[in-house]
Amino acid sequence: MSVLVYTESEKGNFKKIALEVASYAKAVANQMGTTVTAITINANDTSELGKHGVDKVLKVNNPKLDTFNAKTYADIIKQAAEKEGSKVVVVSSSADSKYLAPLLAVQLHAGYASNVVAAPTSASPFTVKRTAFTNKAFNFTTIDTDVKIVGVSNNSFGLVENSGSASAEDFSPSILENGVHVDSVDKATNKVSIADAEIVVSAGRGLKGPENWGMVEELASVLGAATACSKPVSDLGWRPHSEHVGQTGKPVAANLYIAIGISGAIQHLAGINASKVKVVINTDPEAPFFKAADYGVVGDAFDVVPRLTEKLKEFKAQNA
Amino acid sequence: MKILVCISHVPDTTSKINFTDGDTKFDTNGVQFVINPNDEFGLTRAMWFKEKQGATVDVVNVGGPETEPTLRKALAIGADGAIRVNTPATDGFAVAKQLADVIKNGGYDLVIAGRESIDYNGGMVPGMIAGLIDANFVNNCISLEVDGTNAKAVREIDGGKETVSTTLPLVIGGQKGLVEESDLRIPNMRGIMMARQKPLTIVEPNGTTTETTTVKFEKPAPKGAVKLVSPDNLDELVNLLHNEVKVI
Repeated sequence: MSVLVYTESEKGNFKKIALEVASYAKAVANQMGTTVTAITINANDTSELGKHGVDKVLKVNNPKLDTFNAKTYADIIKQAAEKEGSKVVVVSSSADSKYLAPLLAVQLHAGYASNVVAAPTSASPFTVKRTAFTNKAFNFTTIDTDVKIVGVSNNSFGLVENSGSASAEDFSPSILENGVHVDSVDKATNKVSIADAEIVVSAGRGLKGPENWGMVEELASVLGAATACSKPVSDLGWRPHSEHVGQTGKPVAANLYIAIGISGAIQHLAGINASKVKVVINTDPEAPFFKAADYGVVGDAFDVVPRLTEKLKEFKAQNA
Repeated sequence: MKILVCISHVPDTTSKINFTDGDTKFDTNGVQFVINPNDEFGLTRAMWFKEKQGATVDVVNVGGPETEPTLRKALAIGADGAIRVNTPATDGFAVAKQLADVIKNGGYDLVIAGRESIDYNGGMVPGMIAGLIDANFVNNCISLEVDGTNAKAVREIDGGKETVSTTLPLVIGGQKGLVEESDLRIPNMRGIMMARQKPLTIVEPNGTTTETTTVKFEKPAPKGAVKLVSPDNLDELVNLLHNEVKVI
C-alpha cells in the first residue's frame, strides 16, 4: 500500500527534484495513512531520502541501466509498484519522467495527472490541482482508477525535511530489452540546466547580437542560474534552441526569472508564467512584460545588467 | 510509409481563457481554434516525408464536428486524408485509446503527435498510444529521419539532447525542431480548394474509457502591479529579492 516515488539521480547523485517528489509522496502518504517507498536506479547514497519522508528505499543497481531508457525504466517502476502493492506512484516533471509516465500508466492501468502543483485536495475521490492552458489556469482533476500516477510540477511543492531515516533494500527487477537505443548523449555538464535551475536569466532581441551575451552569462554565473533566451533569439541562431523558453520551447518554473530585453509576447509569457518571481529589465516602459512581472527596471540592459551583476557580487560576498 | 499525424484542436495562444457553468466548462465564446502548435511541427515534418520519400499522410482528431475546420486546415497544408473519431476528447487515456484503434485499423508505420497540447498540457497521449499498440516511442523529438524501417531521432533532454536509433512502428512526441518555425506552411488557395475534395472520414468511437475527470477550473489570482525600481537604485532591487521575496 506504500506510496511509491521514483527518485531520479544523475551519475549516482539525486537531483533536487528527487527530494521534492519524495517530500510530495510523504504528504500523500500522510493523507492516506501509509508509508513511502522510493525506487532508485543506480543511485549511491540514499540516506538523503530518509530526511525527506521516505521510509524504505528499493535500490536497483545495474550497469545496463546507466543510460536512461523510458520503456525499461517504466517497467522497473511497474515491478516496484506491484511488489509494494502501491496505489499511488509519484514522479517528477523532468523530461525523463514525463517520457516514462504515460508508458507506466498503460502498464499499471493507472490514471495519470501531470503538472500537479499541490498535495491532493482530497484522498477520496483522489483529487489534484494541476496547471492547464499553459499556465493560464488550473484544473482540479480526479484520478478515478485503482492505481494513480501523479506527476509533480518542478519547484511547486518544495522540499520538506523531517528527522526520519530510510531503510534500504536491494531490488533486482527483470530488465526489459526494448527497441529504442541511445547512441549518444550531448549534455553540457558544467552548466545548470533550465529544468533544474532555481534561477533563470533570460535575454531577448534587446541585446542586439550574440556577441553581447557575455554579461548575461556573467549575471547567471553570479546567481548560479541557468541561461535562457526568447524565441526570436533562437530563431536567429544567436543562441542554441535548447535555451529557447516559451510555449513551443522549454517551460520554466523557476523561483526567480530575470528577463532582459524581452518584450513579453504572450507565447513567451505562457512558457515562463509558472515562475514565482519575475524581474524585467527593458528600455521600453510599454513592453507587455511589465504587466506580467513582479519587479521591473526601465533602463538600458547594457547599463543596468553589468551594474546589477556588480551589486549581486557584493551581496554574495557579504552573505557568503 | 503510412504516417498518421494526431491533431489537437486547441484555442489560439492569444485567446482569453474563461470558464462557464460554475467554472466547470471552458468558455469557447469568441475563441479561435487552431492546430496545436506542437502537432503543426509534426505535420510539417510529415509533409517532408511525403514529398521526399513518397509517404502517405493522414491526420486524425478525436472530437465533435466543431473540430472539422482544423482538420480541413491540415488537409489544406497537404495531408492526404483526415479521420475524425466522433466523441468528445474527455481525457488523455480516452483519446489515446481511440487513436490506438485508428492506428491498428489503418496499419500506420509512423505516428506523429505533439509532445503536449497547449490546452490541457497533459503530455500523455503519445506515450499512451505507444504503450497501447506496443510500438517504439521517442518523446520531445526534435529531429527525425527514416530510412526503410530504421529511424534516427534526437530527443531533447534536460540540459542537452540525446540521439537514438529505433525501428518502425514508431510513435513520436514531437515539438519545435522537427522543423523550424519558418518551415511551417500557410495553406494557399489551391490547397484550400483541394482540401474540400479530400476524404474526411468520421469514425464512431469504440466504447469510451476514461481514467481521470476534470471537476473544476480555477483562474490564477490576479497579479499585483509591477513594482518599478529605478535603474539608479539597483541596491533596492537586490534588497527586495533578498528580503521581500527571499529568492536570493
